[in-house]
Amino acid sequence: MSSETGKILTTDGIPLEESLKQAEKKNKIKAFLLVAPLLLFLIITYMIPIGDMFSRSIDDKMVTNMLPKTYKAMENWDGKELPSEEVFEAFYLDYKILVKNKTAGKLQTQLNYEKNGFKSVLKKLARKQKKFEEGNYKEQIMKVHKRWRNVEYWRAIKRRAPSYTYSKYLKGVDMYSNEDGKIVQVSEDRRIHRILWIRTVEVAFFVTLFCFLMAYPIAHLLATLPMKYSNLLMICVLLPFWTSLLVRTASWMILLQQQGIVNDFFVWTGLVADDNRPEMMYNKTGTYVAMTQILLPFMVLPLYSVMKTISPSLMRAGKSLGATPAVAFFKVYFPLTIPGIGAGCLLVFILAIGYYITPALVGGASGTLISNQIAYHMKSTLDWSFASAMGLMLLTGVLAIYWIYNKLVGVDNIKLG
Amino acid sequence: MSKKADFVKFDKVDKSYDGKVLVVKDLNLDIEEGEFVTMLGPSGSGKTTCLMMLAGFETPTNGEIFLDNNPISNIPPHKRGIGMVFQNYALFPHMTVFENLAFPLKVRKMSQEDIEKKVDKALSMVSLGGFANRMPGQLSGGQQQRVAVARALVFDPAVVLMDEPLGALDKNLRESMQYEIKHIHESIGVTVVYVTHDQGEALTMSNRIAVFNDGKVQQLSSPDKLYEEPVNSFVAEFIGENNTFGGEVSEISNGTCKVKLEKGEIIANPISVKSVGEKTTVSIRPERALINPKDKMDNNQKGKIEEVIYHGDHTRVRLNLLGNSEFILKVPNSSQNLDIKLGNEINIGWNSHDARALDPK
Repeated sequence: MSSETGKILTTDGIPLEESLKQAEKKNKIKAFLLVAPLLLFLIITYMIPIGDMFSRSIDDKMVTNMLPKTYKAMENWDGKELPSEEVFEAFYLDYKILVKNKTAGKLQTQLNYEKNGFKSVLKKLARKQKKFEEGNYKEQIMKVHKRWRNVEYWRAIKRRAPSYTYSKYLKGVDMYSNEDGKIVQVSEDRRIHRILWIRTVEVAFFVTLFCFLMAYPIAHLLATLPMKYSNLLMICVLLPFWTSLLVRTASWMILLQQQGIVNDFFVWTGLVADDNRPEMMYNKTGTYVAMTQILLPFMVLPLYSVMKTISPSLMRAGKSLGATPAVAFFKVYFPLTIPGIGAGCLLVFILAIGYYITPALVGGASGTLISNQIAYHMKSTLDWSFASAMGLMLLTGVLAIYWIYNKLVGVDNIKLG
Repeated sequence: MSKKADFVKFDKVDKSYDGKVLVVKDLNLDIEEGEFVTMLGPSGSGKTTCLMMLAGFETPTNGEIFLDNNPISNIPPHKRGIGMVFQNYALFPHMTVFENLAFPLKVRKMSQEDIEKKVDKALSMVSLGGFANRMPGQLSGGQQQRVAVARALVFDPAVVLMDEPLGALDKNLRESMQYEIKHIHESIGVTVVYVTHDQGEALTMSNRIAVFNDGKVQQLSSPDKLYEEPVNSFVAEFIGENNTFGGEVSEISNGTCKVKLEKGEIIANPISVKSVGEKTTVSIRPERALINPKDKMDNNQKGKIEEVIYHGDHTRVRLNLLGNSEFILKVPNSSQNLDIKLGNEINIGWNSHDARALDPK
């Protein structure tokens, strides 16, 4: 019998576990095949691009590949005094090839990032190196420019030795690693990214708040009105959803501009003077108004789906037990809507923090967000590695928010509908 | 302590939701202090609306409701001090049992010590002593129901309203909860207004039952009177089982009348008929008609057995009697009634007192 092994057997004598596995196998394969296309799609369109973004953001092979002999020779150099003849020779040979291939310009630019004034030194070397004689390259190079005697410049070259760098991430928060390898802030007048990060979080926070304040009563109405009215209201909520994002943003531009409908109305009611029309667009106000309207459905829907499940008799019970309507609302109704609030806020906040089109169109200078900066580096400066780094920082931020939310509220409590 | 006879008073109350149809018509109802009154009726008869008006969730279109002689139409629900047990319990799902019970006490700003004492007492009253820290979702339907009852009672309300509280429970649980609620009522003496469409529930629990139909109270009396002496054919039909004959009064005299049917004639007790020629429906309870009666009875008829249904403790026999093929008899299962076989003709007898001539249907 099976008592020795402790295994339960089926009537046919096959161990039960095995038999069960056999029976479930087909279903498991079927289930996997059903999700396989989606899995593949996710890997191709999501995981791989993110991986590529990450490698791009830390990639620093360019200089490494341009000066292979130099870096090999530098391996034993401690960086305290001028490097040996060996390093000079290796650098001369590497640089000679670069000049020949007409790629020396890239190296000049890259090294100039590390140490200001490197470009002119390298340019001069490019001109003079043609007349170099064989042997004693240290003397010859140092003769070209006196800065070659300065150990700082050699250190700058050495700093670019690793194939990977986190300097793009530092740049994203307005910091850099200086000549001594210390991480320091950039000078005050050049700290633009930090302002953008703070503004992005601020805009996302307030948009979430405004969305919540507006969506809560709407969702409550939707959940409590009789069917024929609530359907109509639901269509009103969803109607903007079905309109193109660009069209909606453009219509906000028509409404909010200085000669726009809203301003005309203010002037007509005498609220503002005709020659003193407030600017409601191309600044933060425009971003707030347009983004709140566009993201509102993402708050209404999760709230509605949660409120729909709350029995109206709970509020009645609260009142019949002696609670004023306000107390009944805050003690009974409100706590029960928290899963919906959590879901809606998380959704809106995450969408808002990476929003691009609306701030780009109505934001102006003071209303642009970090995503606009990323797009700028993608399209204009072509510094893709920096754009990737900022994109990843944004992604990390979103994941961090998600994690904090999970700790505070618990993701299980989210109800998206 | 003298009990007030009109502790709760509905005075000429009308209610309409749409301005076209009256859901409650000219309702006058006095409920004594400490009484258990049930509003019984089919769905749509206005009983729940009455309860909601009393609780304050609906306002009367006309008339006034008095609680302890004070008009309450303009008092919001949370100031009425009326406890309520809802159909689906309406326990607060995000609070423990203790917090649910403490809720009415907390909003009344009682001290923590008093709250704990009262909650403990209320929980032990419904025998849920060890359940204070459970969430409602972890309780069975019957336990949730008890928590709901305890919560409605914990703040010592003058009146407790119950809106079909046992509707969601299974049959056995429902019966035991009926007794439990009845005992709680007896032990604390609170006034209870109970709404149900289940007549069995109403008959077991109540001091008095108000039978609702079509927005009106058809009859308000004690359970036994309601069953034995229904005042109209709706009540007779609604409460318990009922055999009816439709006919016309052909003769009326001291306490009895003769009713002429399509086939034959029976002697009946004139309840709502006054004169000869009136149309009437005669109602006879199935257990009041006997087979081969030993005692002399003033109605004796022959009927043919059309169906026999075995019910364990009794057998139901469907007869064709005086043209009524739906005449039901309840026969206790004993060795006496052996000739109950399909197709047999048997003698049936009943007293004219039990055949109540009511309004025509």
